[in-house]
Amino acid sequence: MTEEQHDIRLRVNGIPHTARVPARRLLSDCLRHDLGLTGTHVGCEHGVCGACTVLVDGRPVRSCLMLAVSAAQHDDITTVEGLAAPDGTPHPAQQAFGECHALQCGFCTPGFLTLVAAYVRDNPAPDEEDAREAVTGNLCRCTGYQNIVNAVLRTAEITREQDGGAGVPHARPSAEHDGAAGDATAAAPRTEGGRP
Amino acid sequence: MSTRMFGAPVQRSEDARLVAGRGAFLDDLGAAACAAAFVRSPHARARIRDIDAADAVGVEGLIAVYTYEDLSGPMAEPLPLLIPHPSILDSRTPYALAREYVHHVGEAVAMVIAEDRYAAEDAAARIRVDYEVGEAVVGIDAAVAAERTVHEGMADNVAAHLVQEVGDARAAVDAAPNSLELDLDVERSAGTPLEGRGVYARWEPASSSTGSDDGRLRVYSSTQTATGVRAAVAAKLELALGQVEVVVPDVGGGFGVKIVHPWPEEVMVPWAARRLGREVKWTEDRREHFVAAAHERAQRQRVRVGFDDSGRMLGLDVDLLHDNGAYLPYGVIVPIVTSTQLLGPYKPGAYRVEFRSLYTSTVIVTPYRGAGRPQGVFAMERTMDAIADHLGLDRLQVRAANVIRPDEMPYDQGLLFQDGRPLIYDSGDYPRMLEMIAELVDWPGFAEYRDRAHREGRRVGIGVACYVEGTGPGPYEGGHVQVETSGKVRVATGLTSQGQGHGTVLAQIVADELDVPLSDVEVTTGDTRRMGYSVGTFASRGAVTSGSAVALAARRLKDKALRIAADALEADAGDLEFADGRIQVTGSPVHSIDLSTVAVLSNPLRYAFDSASAAATQFSGSADYDRPPVAEGEAPGLEGTDYHSPLRCTFANGAHAAIVETDPDTAEIRILRYCVVHDCGNLINPRIVEGQVQGGVAQGVAGALYERMAYDSDGQLLNASLMDFLMPYASEIPSVEIAHMQTPSPLNPLGVKGAGEAGVIPASAALAAAVEDAEGFRVDRMPISPSELFELRRRHAAGGVPSVPARPSPASAPSGAAADAPAPSSPPPAGAAPPEGPDPSEPPVPSAREPR
Repeated sequence: MTEEQHDIRLRVNGIPHTARVPARRLLSDCLRHDLGLTGTHVGCEHGVCGACTVLVDGRPVRSCLMLAVSAAQHDDITTVEGLAAPDGTPHPAQQAFGECHALQCGFCTPGFLTLVAAYVRDNPAPDEEDAREAVTGNLCRCTGYQNIVNAVLRTAEITREQDGGAGVPHARPSAEHDGAAGDATAAAPRTEGGRP
Repeated sequence: MSTRMFGAPVQRSEDARLVAGRGAFLDDLGAAACAAAFVRSPHARARIRDIDAADAVGVEGLIAVYTYEDLSGPMAEPLPLLIPHPSILDSRTPYALAREYVHHVGEAVAMVIAEDRYAAEDAAARIRVDYEVGEAVVGIDAAVAAERTVHEGMADNVAAHLVQEVGDARAAVDAAPNSLELDLDVERSAGTPLEGRGVYARWEPASSSTGSDDGRLRVYSSTQTATGVRAAVAAKLELALGQVEVVVPDVGGGFGVKIVHPWPEEVMVPWAARRLGREVKWTEDRREHFVAAAHERAQRQRVRVGFDDSGRMLGLDVDLLHDNGAYLPYGVIVPIVTSTQLLGPYKPGAYRVEFRSLYTSTVIVTPYRGAGRPQGVFAMERTMDAIADHLGLDRLQVRAANVIRPDEMPYDQGLLFQDGRPLIYDSGDYPRMLEMIAELVDWPGFAEYRDRAHREGRRVGIGVACYVEGTGPGPYEGGHVQVETSGKVRVATGLTSQGQGHGTVLAQIVADELDVPLSDVEVTTGDTRRMGYSVGTFASRGAVTSGSAVALAARRLKDKALRIAADALEADAGDLEFADGRIQVTGSPVHSIDLSTVAVLSNPLRYAFDSASAAATQFSGSADYDRPPVAEGEAPGLEGTDYHSPLRCTFANGAHAAIVETDPDTAEIRILRYCVVHDCGNLINPRIVEGQVQGGVAQGVAGALYERMAYDSDGQLLNASLMDFLMPYASEIPSVEIAHMQTPSPLNPLGVKGAGEAGVIPASAALAAAVEDAEGFRVDRMPISPSELFELRRRHAAGGVPSVPARPSPASAPSGAAADAPAPSSPPPAGAAPPEGPDPSEPPVPSAREPR
C-alpha cells in the first residue's frame, strides 16, 4: 500500500516551508513532525482541548482539526514560536502569562497564548467577564483558570502601554459596533470545533 | 545581604522557555525515532485465542509486531507489585503484553513498530485478535456479589482486606447517647493531565569505540519517578543499573497517574529499542489515556457514629468498599489513605475502619491528586453535618467540638499511615482554622443572605469541609549543589517536576542559603545522570523532601566553602559570612573572596583552562608543603550532597467553604463563592502555592459537579474522550478566595508542609454540603449533575430522600463558631462539659499499631 503524497507550501511565522505529506496529515502533526515546530501541542486530537491552537490568517484554529493540505490554501500560519517580536521581545501575552502565573506545566499554554494574542488584538479593552469568556474554549488542567483570566486582562494592559494608550477605547469595541450593549459574550473569537 | 527569596512570590524561572514554545515535552523529542502503537483489547473480559498479523504485513513502513509470545525472562513475568502490603490477599498485576487473558478494555495485546505513528496505527488496525469473550465485573455491587470473578483462580474479587481499630468503636457507638448511620457513595474520576503518558528510548550497543563491554539504554519518560522507572526497566531488561539512564523531560501534568511505573508501554518501548537497535517512541493518545492509564475515587462507604449531646464523637465505625480496577500494581495506598485521613482534624473517640479493595473489569485505580483523601473527607464531613442536623446545632460548632487543639500537638491518632509510619500530626491550629473560614466566608452573615435570596425566589446554600493531609512522606530525597568556577550554582534533585515550579522554589531555597542572586541558580530535576538516588513526585512531597535536601546540601557546600575561604583569607572560618556571592570577614566586605574563586581553589589543578582557573594550579601561590593539595577528608570541587529522610509525614490542613445557588427549575448548580483557608507551614513561594490551591480546587469542583467515568455493564467506558468526559473550562470554575495560615512543621529544616494536593481534597464534601443546604435534603453521593439533583428532588418529594432540618443561625460572630471549644492555651473551665484533653482518670485509648 503506497499512500499518495502531496507537495505543499506553508508560510509559518513568516517563513516559507515546503513539505511532502499524505492528504490525511494533520496540520498539528505537520507543524510538529515535518517542520519541527514542537511548540504547538496536541492534547486530545479531537478538537476539544485547544492546546494545538494556531493562528491561520490571524484566526485561531485547532490544528488537529485541519489537514496540512488545507492549511496550504491559506496565506499565513502563526504558532507560539512566532508570537514574539522579530528582535525576540516576548509578545504581551507571553509576558502576561509569566507575570500572572497563568501556567504551571505549560502544555496547554501555547494554545492559550495564540488564542489570547488574537483575542486582545481584536478586543483591546476586555473586562473580566469578557476575558473569561474569551478563553472558555481551551482546557487547562493545572491552573484553575483564574490566573489565565488575569493574564488576558494583563495582556490587554501591556498592549495598551506599548501602544501609548492613544486612541484605545476602554469599552468593548465589538459590543459598541454591534450595538449589542446587553450581550456580555459578543467579543470572544470562536475557534473551530469544541464542545457546545 | 541579598533580599530573602524564601517566602517571596517570585516569578517562575521555568516560564520564559514554556511561553516561547521552547518546552521539551516527551513527544517533542526523538524526531528520528520510529513510532510504537498498541493493539488494545476491545473487551473487558476475554481469553485470547489467536493473534493474526498477516494483514498488517503489507503496510508500508511497518517494522515489527510483537505479542506476549515474543517476550522472555523477566519481560514475560507480570509487572511488579510496587507497594506490597500485608493486607493484600491476592495481588494481580498485568503483563507487559496480555498473556492469554485480558481483564479490561484497553489492555495492551500487541505492539506495533513502524516508521511513523500513522503507519503504526494502520498496521495495528489490521491485526486480527480472536477473543473468547467472557462476562465483565463492573461496579462495586457486582464485585461484592462475586457471581463471577475478575481473575482466574480467585474465589471472590477481594484483592485486600484491612481492619484498623483504636479502642472498641462498635461498643462506643452502641453505648453513645446519640448515633447515626450514613451510606455514602463516590464515583470514579481521573487526573487526566493534558499531556498523556509517553516513552522514548534509544539503545547504544556495546562497541569497542566507546570502550564499553555493555550497551547503554537511555529512556525518556513522562513519569513522576525517574529512578523508579530506571530500576524497573533495568530489572525487566536484565541490565545493570549503570547501563540505564532515565531522563524526565518537561511533563505536561501528572496528578498522580504518572507515578505508576513501569507501565506496560514503559518496558515495551525500551525493550523494542534494544531489540531493533532503533530509537522507538510511543506517545499516548487521548483515548488510550482514558482506557489504558489509571482512574481513581470510586468508593462505597458506610459510617456509624456515636456522639454526645454537644456533638462530640465517642465512636466512629467505618466500612469502605474500594474499587481498585482490574489490577493492583500500586497496592492499596488509596484505601489506606482514605481510612486514615478520613479522621481529618478530629478526635473520633474510638475508631474502627475496615476496607475491602475489590477487583473489577475496569481500568486500574491508583492515586489521583488527593489519593483517597477526598473520599475520606467526604465521609467525615458528611458525618459532621449529619451530627449537627441531628442535634440542631450549627455545623461549625459541631466541628469545633471535635477538633484537636494546638496544645494536644503532636497528636497520635493511633493508626499506621500510608508510609508505614505512625499517624502522628506534627502541628496545626484547627480551632483557628475554623475561625478563619467562618470569617472568610462570613458564616454568621449567611442566614441573612439566605433570607434575602429566598425573598427573591432563589435557592442558596453554604457548606464547609475540613481536611488534614499527610504530606512529604519519605523514605527520602537527595540534593546536590555545586558552585561552578563561573560562579553559577547548579542544583539537582532526583524527583521530577510536572508544573509545580520546583525549578523556581528549589532555587529560592539555595539562593538564600548561599546568598547568591536567584538568576545564578539553575535546577535540574528527574535526571538519573545528575542524581541517582530518589523516590519520586507524589503525596505533596517535593518542597518538603527535595526542598529540605537541597537546603542541607547547600549547607554542606557552605561548610566546605568556609574552610577554603578561611585558608585563602587567612581568617578563622567562624569569622566569615556569605554575602552577595562572596565570602567575607563578617562586616568587612573588603576582606572577601568571590564564591567563584572559592570554586576555583576547591579543585587543585595541574592544568589551567582559563585565566580564573590558573589560580588553582601548582605554581600559582603559596603552598603548605606539609599538606597534600586536597586535604585529608576533603574532596575536590565546591559541591555538597545531602539527603532529607523525614521521620514521618508532616500534616497540612485546611478548610473550604462554598456558597452555591441551585436553579429551582433546571437544577443547575452555580458556585457563587469558594473560600479556602490553607495551612502548609512556611510558604516558600506564595504565588506558586496559591496556583496549586486554585488548580486543586478546579479539579475538586470538576470531580464534584462534572467528571465521572461512565462504564456500561460490559465494561465499556462510554465517555472516553474529552468531548464526553466533562473536564471543566474557565466557564465552570469559580475564582477562589484564599487565606493562609503558616504553622511550621517541626519535622524538616524549612518548616514546610506539602501544598500540591490540598486544593482538591475537601471540594466534593464542601459542595455536597452546600447543595444539601440549598435544597433541604440529604446529599450522600457525588458527583452530582443537574439531572441527578432533579431526580433527588423528585425522590425527596415522594419521601424517598430524608430532609435536613432548617439550619440554626450561628449564635454569634465568627469566633463564636468555636466558642464551645476550650481556648487553645487555657485549661477547660471548671464544670465545663466534657473535657477534651486526655483525662488521666480514663485509660488511654490503645493504638491500632500495637498487638491487641
